[in-house]
Amino acid sequence: MLIAQFLYGGAGLVLFTLGLWSFLVHEPLLRKIIALNVTGAGVFHVLIAIAYRGDAAPPDPVPHALVLTGIVVAVSATALALMLGARLQDADEEDQTP
Amino acid sequence: MSDAALTHPLVLCIALPLLGAMLVTALPRWSVRLGILAAVATAAAAVALAATVWQQGTLHLMLGGWDRQLAIALRADGIATALVLMANLVALGISVYASGYFHDRVRVRSFWPLWLLLWAGLNGLFLAGDLFNLYVMLELLGIAAAALGALTGNRDAVAANLRYLLVGLLGSISYLLGVALLYTAYGTLDLGLLAAGIADSPQLLAVNAAAMTLMVAGLALKAALFPLHFWLPPAHANAPAPVSAALSALVVKAVFYLILRLWLDLFWPITGMAAAMLPALLGAVAIVWGSWRALRAERLKLLAAYSTVAQIGYLFLFLPLLAATPPGPARDDLLAALLLMAVTHGFAKAGFFLAAGLVQTNAGHDRIDDLGGTAQRLPATTFAIALSGSALIGLPPSGSFIGKWLLMQSAIATGQWWWVIVVTTGSLLASAYVFRVLSRAFGLEPTPMRFITDARAEVPALTLALVSVAVLGLASGPVWTLLGLSAAGVGA
Amino acid sequence: MSWDYAALLPGAIVVSSLLPGVFIFLLDEESHVLRTVLNLFGAVAKLVLVGLLIYGVWLGQVFETRIAIAPGLTLVLNADALSVLFVTLSTVLWLVTTVYAIGYLEHSTNRSRFFGFFSLCVSATVGIALSGNLLTFVIFYEVLTLATYPLVAHRGTPEATRGAKIYLAYTLSGGLLLLVGAVWLRTLTGPVDFVEGGMLGDLSPDLHGQLVVIFALLLAGLGVKAALVPLHGWLPQSMVAPAPVSSLLHAVAVVKAGAFGIVRVVYDVYGVTLASQLGLLTVLGVLASFTIVYGSVLALTQDGLKKRLAYSTVSQVSYIALGTSLLGPVATVGGLVHLVHQGIMKITLFFCAGNYAETLGVAKVSQMDGIGRRMPLTTLAFTVGALGMIGLPPIAGFVSKWYLGLGGVEAGQHWVLVILASSTLLNAGYFLPILYRAWFRPLPAEWPNEHHFGTRFETMHALLWPPVITAVFCLLAGLLAAAPFSPLEWARLIAEREYGL
Repeated sequence: MLIAQFLYGGAGLVLFTLGLWSFLVHEPLLRKIIALNVTGAGVFHVLIAIAYRGDAAPPDPVPHALVLTGIVVAVSATALALMLGARLQDADEEDQTP
Repeated sequence: MSDAALTHPLVLCIALPLLGAMLVTALPRWSVRLGILAAVATAAAAVALAATVWQQGTLHLMLGGWDRQLAIALRADGIATALVLMANLVALGISVYASGYFHDRVRVRSFWPLWLLLWAGLNGLFLAGDLFNLYVMLELLGIAAAALGALTGNRDAVAANLRYLLVGLLGSISYLLGVALLYTAYGTLDLGLLAAGIADSPQLLAVNAAAMTLMVAGLALKAALFPLHFWLPPAHANAPAPVSAALSALVVKAVFYLILRLWLDLFWPITGMAAAMLPALLGAVAIVWGSWRALRAERLKLLAAYSTVAQIGYLFLFLPLLAATPPGPARDDLLAALLLMAVTHGFAKAGFFLAAGLVQTNAGHDRIDDLGGTAQRLPATTFAIALSGSALIGLPPSGSFIGKWLLMQSAIATGQWWWVIVVTTGSLLASAYVFRVLSRAFGLEPTPMRFITDARAEVPALTLALVSVAVLGLASGPVWTLLGLSAAGVGA
Repeated sequence: MSWDYAALLPGAIVVSSLLPGVFIFLLDEESHVLRTVLNLFGAVAKLVLVGLLIYGVWLGQVFETRIAIAPGLTLVLNADALSVLFVTLSTVLWLVTTVYAIGYLEHSTNRSRFFGFFSLCVSATVGIALSGNLLTFVIFYEVLTLATYPLVAHRGTPEATRGAKIYLAYTLSGGLLLLVGAVWLRTLTGPVDFVEGGMLGDLSPDLHGQLVVIFALLLAGLGVKAALVPLHGWLPQSMVAPAPVSSLLHAVAVVKAGAFGIVRVVYDVYGVTLASQLGLLTVLGVLASFTIVYGSVLALTQDGLKKRLAYSTVSQVSYIALGTSLLGPVATVGGLVHLVHQGIMKITLFFCAGNYAETLGVAKVSQMDGIGRRMPLTTLAFTVGALGMIGLPPIAGFVSKWYLGLGGVEAGQHWVLVILASSTLLNAGYFLPILYRAWFRPLPAEWPNEHHFGTRFETMHALLWPPVITAVFCLLAGLLAAAPFSPLEWARLIAEREYGL
């Protein structure tokens, strides 16, 4: 099972890197927001992998708590970002139709 | 949770603004009055906290009835207390100013909940004792700050603060990954336990270094260390004045505080001279580049924002000096100087932005070249700009003068004389950009009849500026006393 | 910190002008009477306090105010004989100048701002005089820069803002060099207290190289305000300031702060023996001599009266540095006494220049034909000041030059006599033509911009009497040079203590 843990954690790191790359490279706002969420998901994967303490023991709750909080934060931040993005789009459309 | 814990000033500092945020959301009609009430109560709690720390030394508190591994750990040592006190007094000034600043009802009702949330995040960040709570507070701060910054709703403000939000998120995610690495290695998130673990495990160098790099880089992005500062000037310059003041004076400072904590408390076994050189070099470039851009800025608030980029740079110069100074009075002096610079900048930059906001409201714009008449019509405001400006330059008798004096003294004493050149260059450039503004106050426009025209707005700006110059410059001893109370907690 | 009388007095002397200054800022522009009361109250209170100080120092009492800024950083104000000399000069002249300024600015705008900063300047000057260590000196030195800037820019014309900008560029850069020097010195020695006879004598010879570099930094910083060539460029540009500012600040406070600092650093930090050993005195002497001649030569060519006086200041202030650079108590006496003498003579000249401009609109030497007959008292005062500058006995300037020459001979530096002689010739060259025009040329048909103030005298009282009083001072300082408490006797006392005689 250790291998599964490594795979999971490794996949998390790959996701993190992919998300980071995408965030830095892509211009459109929506892609940036999605990229950030992917990056975050990568970190969450790593945390879940950490929580594993062998088949016999229950998983460590602390990383799980971190993930839960992280998800809440990610959702609110995404909402705010989308809202601001929408504002921006409205403003641009107003500019184009004087 | 016992009743005693609920009324502990450590808890009140975070709980009161949160409570206030809920109240102003529930009763929007009363938002200004309730908001001011919450502001006064929170600042009072911060003063009480400082008084308690002053008498009893470092405070610890475990909330939630769990043991050290799981509880919400709060802690107030000298560094945290000094910054909390600064932040809360500045925030009180900003609140008074803000109570007359917004006229649009929607803005008033959006400002107060967000502002109190931001305030709770600030206090939480300064007082949290474990990496997890620090992460939560960091996010709370980031989201509230971006929302506040976009409050004016104009295109530039929204675009700049959207970028700020996204960049901030990236920074926190990077920080979180670092936290995950540390938890893998040491199985705890408590700062004290982690510090002991890292000190005892030199064999885990790779993990430690990777975690440090991820965390510090993520935070440096949020603290706007050159070249990661690109998001700051537009975000701070386009926010409403009270928000700019809070962002520049407090939020950036709180993130720097976190870097300092990690650097000195957690990673000190691996943050030697070699590691400290990179941030310090970036800080040096930030000083010169930020000041230069401030000098070239066409708008007053943009100037103030670039000045923040430069001022953050000064704080990073202390890292290699701390690394080169063995524990003892010299190192305490250096740490106190660092703290003094940070605190002084907090007061000064808030005063500067508030005054700049007044100028902007009165003139209808903040183009420096066309400010003449307005600056002359508002003597108290111009005074606030002059006083806080001289604190930004580091002229005596401001707190930053003492800070720079000790910084240069240490640079010469440890043989790192090149920082002296950086500091003097920065001071010259800062004089140039501050006096470029002040010279507009002398013109042939009609003479002002009164010193103060709008007390609710001008008195906070002037008071904050005065504190940065007179109080911190002529009586900075208490900073040392506060540090002395927690000498054990710093850098081991 | 003890709060007895001796520990409070130096601080109180600084605060006596600071506090009225702060209140003046807060006053409404029309509160003319209250502002005048505050101004005069501050000036008189300071004079009384300084009187107490002189009496106490004469009795041998020690006055010291200490305020701990932070561990190891202390603000020290104390009164030794040298500080008393400068404090008394600034305080007496402040009172006179305040009266003058109230008259001068009667109908102008932004008076609260002006008098507020004016009081701040005097507080800073007095703080410089009373500084007991280098840190305190640096603090007040910079505050003086900041407080004078608004006064230079006061008129708000493009020339005024330009002059102020140049002033600031010079003085702030100089201030930074001074700061770096002070910090560097502190890393070698710990707190740098001013001690009669110097405090660096015991330092290891290995550090002498560093001490020379530090001296260069300090001298560059102080030389800006003392207007040592080539750091003098700001002074003529600052003449755009209103007359009271030019009089008090650019004849007394600012330039003297620099000169006083040089005296402090040479005598009370390095010690004159060490300074001479390191060859620092020679450098200072050469710079001072060059400045004396160069300033006078430039003064010859100026048609603007204030500009001519400004270049004359450049030249004359360096007499103080020259006296400091000669090893021997007599030259020291000459330099120190000139600190006072140059102050009272130059302030007289600037007051008169202001009177000509305000009353008749005359700002150029070429417009001064026959002015002595239109304004006899003012021109008489001007004549006393000018002849004193040339060094005619029995006016104060003669005493200074006499002791400087004697000191040069005593130190075996006979070239000083050549400098003094050529300077005297040049002084005569730029002052005598003015006096000739004023007294002997015919009156013009019309003055450029004449005002009548409805008094039976040539101009309003507040403008007329200050130069007359300071001209009397110039005569008394020369005539009664041997009397107790005269500037000369006091300078002797200082020199005896510095040389441990």
